[in-house]
This record gives sequence, C-alpha cells and structure tokens, in this order.
Amino acid sequence: MTANVKDKAAIVGIANTEFSKNSGRSELQLAAEAVAGALEDAGLKPSDVDGMTTFTMDNTDEIELARAVGIGDLSFYSRVPHGGGAATGLIHQAAMAVASGMAETIVCYRSLNGRSGHRYSSGVSGNLLTADAIHWGWYMPYGLVTPASWVAMYTQRYMHLTNCTHDSLFEVAHTMREYAATNPAALFYDQRFDRAEYDAQKKIVDPFRLYDCCLESDGASAVIITTTERAKDLRQPGVVVKGVGQAAAANMESMTSFYRDEIAAIPSMDIAASKAYEQSGLTPDDIDAAVIYDAFTPIVLWQLESWGFCKHGEAHDFVMDGALRPGGRLPTNTHGGQLSEAYIHGVNGIVEAARLVRKTSVNQPDKEVNHVLVTSGVGVPTGGALLGSMDTL
Amino acid sequence: MNPEETKEFEQKIHAFVGRENGPPKKGKDAVNEPMIRQWAEVMGDESPVYTDKETAKNTTKGGIIAPPSMLQAWSMEGYPMAGSPAVDVQRSLHNVFDENGFTGVLGTNTSTEFFRDLKPGDEVTYHTVIESISEQKSTARGIGYFIETVTQFTDQNGERVGKQVFRVLKFIPADAPAEASSVADDSPAVPTRIAAPRGHDNGWWWEAADKGKVLIQRCKSCQTLRHPPRPMCGECQSVEWDSIESTLDGEIFSFTVLHYPKVPGYDYPLCCAVISLAEGTRIVANVVGIDTEEVKIGMKVKGKVEQVDEKTMLPQFYPVAGGQ
Ligand SMILES: [Zn+2]
Repeated sequence: MTANVKDKAAIVGIANTEFSKNSGRSELQLAAEAVAGALEDAGLKPSDVDGMTTFTMDNTDEIELARAVGIGDLSFYSRVPHGGGAATGLIHQAAMAVASGMAETIVCYRSLNGRSGHRYSSGVSGNLLTADAIHWGWYMPYGLVTPASWVAMYTQRYMHLTNCTHDSLFEVAHTMREYAATNPAALFYDQRFDRAEYDAQKKIVDPFRLYDCCLESDGASAVIITTTERAKDLRQPGVVVKGVGQAAAANMESMTSFYRDEIAAIPSMDIAASKAYEQSGLTPDDIDAAVIYDAFTPIVLWQLESWGFCKHGEAHDFVMDGALRPGGRLPTNTHGGQLSEAYIHGVNGIVEAARLVRKTSVNQPDKEVNHVLVTSGVGVPTGGALLGSMDTL
Repeated sequence: MNPEETKEFEQKIHAFVGRENGPPKKGKDAVNEPMIRQWAEVMGDESPVYTDKETAKNTTKGGIIAPPSMLQAWSMEGYPMAGSPAVDVQRSLHNVFDENGFTGVLGTNTSTEFFRDLKPGDEVTYHTVIESISEQKSTARGIGYFIETVTQFTDQNGERVGKQVFRVLKFIPADAPAEASSVADDSPAVPTRIAAPRGHDNGWWWEAADKGKVLIQRCKSCQTLRHPPRPMCGECQSVEWDSIESTLDGEIFSFTVLHYPKVPGYDYPLCCAVISLAEGTRIVANVVGIDTEEVKIGMKVKGKVEQVDEKTMLPQFYPVAGGQ
C-alpha cells in the first residue's frame, strides 16, 4: 500500500535562530524565536497555527511554546522518538496531519542548548530503571557510552568489508567544511582545514578523529507546513512534500543494532527511502541536491547507498568523484551540515533543503534544482523526505 | 522492620530534628584573593570582578568580590576530613540510619541563597542545623527518609551573608551491588565503572555475571537462543525460558577503540567489541590483554568473567594465541 501524501503538504515558512556555543537564553525562548521567524517568513499569523510537532527529546513543551508565541487552539500535536532519527519525522507527522485534514497549519520545531546545556557527547549514564536504561546497561559497564563509539562499531565493519578509507571520510568532512566556510550563519564560517590538519586532530574513537564528528551547538530551527492549496497564496514559494518515509527495521536497538546478520548497513533507511520513492514516483536520478544527516562522516556514505545514488558498498567511489561538491552529481549539505554549520538535530537541514528548493541557499548550485532529499539521523529508527518545487505539482 | 520497630526507629531519628550539627564555626581562612583566583580559574569563570582589581573597582561592586557560589568553600574542612570524617551530630544521625539498614545515601538537591557579596578580608562563620526529616518515602532507590540540613553563613559582624539548604536521602538499597556505583558514600572512593541497571528482564543475567558466569537466554519452547535477554521469544512468542552457560569462545565481529572523552572508572585506550560467540549469539564486551592497535576483525578470542574494579564483574575477552 502506498501512502496518500504526495503533493498534499508544503513547507511554507522556515527559520533558524543564530547558532552558538552559548545562547544565553532558554530553549523555550530559542524555540519561540525560531517559530516566530518561520511564521514571519511564511506571512502567517500565530493564530493560523493549529498543530505542532517535535522530538520526544525536545525539552520545550508544545503548549508552553504555543502560549509564548501566541498560537491559539491546537487540534494536532505529536512527538517523534529516537533523537536525530526524528528530524524528517516532523515532516512525516505534519504531512499526515495535513493530508488527513486533522490540522491545516503545523509548526515543526527543535530547540536545544546542545553545548551550554546537556552535551550528548558526554554519553549515557543511566540512573533510572527504564527500558532504555536497561538497554544501555549492556554497553555502559564496558565503557561503550558515546554516540561516536556506537557509530564507530558499524564503521569499522563497513571499512573492513568495502574499499572505504579515511580518504572518503575526509572528503565528506572537507566538503561540509568548505560549504560552511562560505555560509555566514555557520559556526565554522570562514574556517577551512586541509588534510594535514584533519589528520592531526585528536582521536575520539577509532576510526574517528575530531573532524569526523559533528558540532555541539545551541540554537533552534522551525518550519511551517500547510496544505499545498494554501501554500499557493503565501509569501514564499511553497516547498512541496513529494514523499516521506519513516522506518525502524527488524531487530533494532537504539544506536546498538549489533545483532543483525550484517551491521555494515542501515536497513531502516533502506526502507524509508523505498517508501518515499514509491509515494513520490521519483527515482534517484530525479534528485538534484541533498541534505544528508551527518552526525559522523561515514553515515553520509551509507545513506547515499540507501537512497540509491550508488550501489551498496560503493559510496567511497561516488564521493571521491566529487559528487557532493558544488559542481558534483549531488551537491550535499550546502549549509555546511551538522559537521560544520550547527547541530540542531537535523532540523537546520530541513531549513536548508527548503532553501535549496526555493533557490536561496547561500551555496545554491548553478544547476536547476527541482527535487531535494533531506534525511534523519541513522543508527536509530529513521526517515527521509523528498521535497520539490511548486512547479512539480 | 515491623510497625513497632519502625515507630521506635522514627522516634529515634526525629529526636535529631532541630539539633545543631555543632557550634557555629569560623572558616579556616578569611576571604582572600588567592583562593578566589584559584576558584575562578578552575571554574573557568573569567569575569574580571573576581580577579582584576582595577576593572573591579569601576564596576558596581566597587572592588574584587568572591564568586557567590564559592560560599560553601569558605566553610570547608579541608583534606584531613576526607580521611577521617568529623564525628558530629549529622554523622551520629547517619549512624542510626545505617544500623537500621538504611545504608544508602544520596545527595538529592541543594539550594543556596546569597544575601551580600563577600569581599577579601571578610570572615565567614557557618552554623548547621538538622532542619527536618521527612515521613518514610518509597523512592526509585528504595525505601528511605529525606534529611534536610540548613547552614547559615554569617560575617565578622554577625550579619547574615548566605543560607544553604541541603537534602539527602538515606535509604535501604533496593539492590545493593547494582546501586553502589552511583551512590555517594561518605568516604572518597576510586571511581568504578557505570553499573548496568537491573530490572526484571535482565537482573538474572547480571547476577550470574556476579558469580562468574555468562548465560545465554534460551526459549524453552523452540530452543532459540537470544541475547540481550528479553521476555518473549521472537520466533514462537513463548515467555518460558531457561539459559545455557556460554563457553566464551568467540570471534571479533567488529570493534572500536575509545580515546576521548575519558569517563572516570575506565582505562584508555579502551577496546570494546561485538563478539560472535560459538553458541551463535553476539555480545558486546571489552577486549583486553593485547595492544589495542593489534585488534582485528575476525580475531579469535576467549572470555572470562573478571572483577574489573571494586564493584564490577564483567566478561573480558583475550586473544587466543595463534587465533587470527
Ligand atoms: Zn521460541
């Protein structure tokens, strides 16, 4: 069965706060600023909003935020679990709500003081007896406690089985940094590095050095999603949701699915991709640019394979051809990604994907961009969305 | 404890409420610039009002002040107290709890009010009173009581400069060995590894590990092995299970070596691996007894359950000689 969401919903407003190491204000305030910015961008009033969706990990309560921004009655609210795996889950929720008529105008938001507040890199410690804590209990006593270490376990296996080397990891990190260097909003604006500097960084976990790992940052991002009908009358050109998939593949653990036959793969994203392609009727050849979740460099490679831009195990060759660069086959993370713009759990990526469709990215590729892919974090249940211009209706 | 014993116990502890921990006591040092500077450096607080005389003079503070959060530092006993804690009223109260099985102690929260800034030369006197003891509470840690102490801080003129409320939970540990690592004790301890929380579905596995065994859960109905443990068999939906003991013969399926950040209680570089066991299931554990640079996927390993620190028994895997 194919979900009936194609062309039903469109992103009509987008906004980020500034990104920083210390925002100096509450996550609620950051969220309110991003949401107000996205409404302003769309030319909508707070009272036009009747739905909200965010991450289960977000600390900002929907109704607190609604009250802060002056949003009135809500008839739809939902949250998506699994950290960065929730990013395009927000589009998934909003598109379903709009397509079914449960709500007309949805705010999707994510706000975090990820550097000055709780830092994910500090790892898990598990003081409460929850199912989640018991899960981490299989890893904590051995010291396998950080996101980098969990992703490293898949990466070592992937590098063992394919021709992936540090060359392609560097290529991903360097491409993102070059985009950030020309993006004034990026935390690494105007700060380039070369291979020698990349190799000289401290080891985090084998095979990652510092520049293989994303930033930790403060900030918020928001997008407004409404019906494509309504999008036609609004301030900005709409960005149409062509298809959106979400999946937790069999035998899943959060970040530690080490018990599948092979772990050098991300089957959840394979499923999400096939669902999004099926809904949209698009194929990889139709996709002109991408925003691919990049908490760590190798996860970009695996997602390129999941979305069919190259065969499984061949992403090394694909990126070494310069595919992700400005003139390449698939310009990717033109904002600098989470490796170099900011880590807002992938929602700053949705903002950039919408900009690419609007043709307003600070690093807008020269070529015609009609369809853009945006994805969520992997290692957890995940997803991705295919976006297109109003011309594609 | 039966109801009468509980009543007797509660009378004993409630007799402590309102008692002062000791007479008001003056801090070892007057407020001074070197301690302020060291504190500011350690905390990474670069505000010049703590360290730069000239700049501080021109602020509303009119000169150098001590960071407010440093208040408690002016009353600290110093290092000797770590070795032989003072025998004061609070200690005696804790002893009453300990003798009745409430051996766990957890600092739950503290709040501090500041009434004025402290400046170099000020002398701080502190005075602690046992303010209240709660009713018996059932907490995630176990059954226990919250003890609240209030410390008043005054200056050389007897004026109040601050007040600190400190709340601890004294409790009967629900599961003593598992709780131990996250519970603050009075004596400084060598940090130990983060313990796995133990619940209904996994506690039995860790109890076996405590006894030196690695078990693998087995469905009683279809004999399928599964790890990590879970309550139902995914093959046949049976909730009946037993277990077999693993021989701990294995092969490295994948691994990583952790360098940063360094978590207290672990030695780095630290090798963690996904190991395929001969029985057919996988387990995550440490690989030891080998230079971490030499670890390879496919390497044959043999595990044994070892005591890795004061509180933790864990399977550790060693390379098998010639087992590449
Ligand atoms: Zn079974």
